[in-house]
Amino acid sequence: MSTVNANLTYNYKVVRQFAIMTVVWGIVGMGLGVLIAAQLYWPALNLDLPWTHFGRLRPLHTNAVIFGFGGSALFATAYYVVQRTCQARLISDGLAAFTFWGWQAIIVSAAITLPLGLTTSKEYAELEWPIDIAIAIVWVAYALVFFGTIMKRSTPHIYVANWFYGAFIVTVAVLHIGNNLALPASAFKSYSAYAGVTDAMMQWWYGHNAVGFFLTAGFLGMMYYFVPKQADRPVYSYRLSIVHFWALIATYVWAGGHHLHYSALPDWAQTAGMVMSLILLAPSWGGMINGMMTLSGAWHKLRTDPILRFLVVSLSFYGMSTFEGPMMSIKTVNALSHNTDWTIGHVHSGALGWVAMISIGAIYHLVPKLWGVRDMYSTPLINLHFWLATVGTVLYIVAMWVNGITQGLMWRAVNEDGTLTYSFVESLEASYGGYLVRFIGGAVFLTGMLIMAYNVYMTIRQKEAAPSTTAAAQTA
Amino acid sequence: MDINELRGVHTLVIMAMFFGIIWWAYSSRRKRANEEAAHLPFDDEEVEKRTLEQEKTENKR
Repeated sequence: MSTVNANLTYNYKVVRQFAIMTVVWGIVGMGLGVLIAAQLYWPALNLDLPWTHFGRLRPLHTNAVIFGFGGSALFATAYYVVQRTCQARLISDGLAAFTFWGWQAIIVSAAITLPLGLTTSKEYAELEWPIDIAIAIVWVAYALVFFGTIMKRSTPHIYVANWFYGAFIVTVAVLHIGNNLALPASAFKSYSAYAGVTDAMMQWWYGHNAVGFFLTAGFLGMMYYFVPKQADRPVYSYRLSIVHFWALIATYVWAGGHHLHYSALPDWAQTAGMVMSLILLAPSWGGMINGMMTLSGAWHKLRTDPILRFLVVSLSFYGMSTFEGPMMSIKTVNALSHNTDWTIGHVHSGALGWVAMISIGAIYHLVPKLWGVRDMYSTPLINLHFWLATVGTVLYIVAMWVNGITQGLMWRAVNEDGTLTYSFVESLEASYGGYLVRFIGGAVFLTGMLIMAYNVYMTIRQKEAAPSTTAAAQTA
Repeated sequence: MDINELRGVHTLVIMAMFFGIIWWAYSSRRKRANEEAAHLPFDDEEVEKRTLEQEKTENKR
């Protein structure tokens, strides 16, 4: 296939901006995570101030990593992949720039309002109504840029990565607007449009699909472009990717009920959530296998290429957490795991192992291409980052498994006369060791991000020094 | 029709759609199109090169 338009160029500016902010928000968000992990071990780090209290910083941590770090990675890669696989420039440079500045303004306003205690109290949807409206506007602009670019493509097919990015953009718009419908009471206070258990159901329909579409479908789009590209071979099975796409998006939206097991939610809705979660194992693993098998015949590349290692290990963590998730959604397992640290561990095996690792791999792939240099400044530093990220994630999730199962067993233990064997504080004391290990694991992961920032900075600087040498070579 | 019959029919329709998608994706008629699509990430190196070269000349000005 040859290019139709001989003057076609891509808009790399907005991709570069989002790529840099991915690293910046990654450090901010993970730094906050390490801080609140430390607060759980050394409570004095709350500083006895309302603004630095765990309860206010925890939503800031989740917003910064999901929407700041993950969101910027998704914007960067979606804009990059849609241009390159459609062989078309973004439909509007201005609108793309608007989504960049708009999205950054939203994250900054989250960083201001959440420590002030302005919150809707809906998990992962804490931001108050004026910010929610801003998100909706920026998101519609994102959809216009993305789908507009697909419409003016010069290729006959729409590459599978774009299907995943497209589903992520459309569904997140529906979820965000649906869950955040509210009646404003003042400039920064609103009341949900839903009441009681309906509100809970809406919240977890949103909450679980924030995982399913924001943190999965979008990143699968990333997987379908960057794994083949870095391995330098087409995806293992394009046919499987089509079945993967439709099965995944048709199933994910029904799974949210598993967050409300043994609650006031009707039993049938809980069971439906559990059954759909179990079915989800099939498309999840179909996608993972498709990504992994792309390397068949090229496994030796893993020995020398730490970027590919990031991408492939992220798929292993994806496979692991999409096995763990359906297991935890089984009611009897959930009776043990619910409200314990096991849930936190599960989230982080997905968030650190899958989402962060595949984003980091994609950014390492992107940065040299965007700034027109052959490689990153230092490949050994990427390798070091890879090991810090892997060791950090493993420390984190093992600590939370041990804590979670300990807590679950202690909470349900009863004496012969039916009274509880342990008080809550006893289970908290038993958790201290795990909290320390979790803090260490998080700190190790964060160290890797700081090394990444240095490596990215040096790569860009290298490029800025480069034009003078090429100019000298041209005149000579 | 009873609501439960409708639910049963719905399940069958969804199942038929699922098998339809598999049949369509795996049919030999789609083989060429699938191969073309799978190759898209490798087809645009010249545009990338042009983008970087044009930016370089713009920076010099």
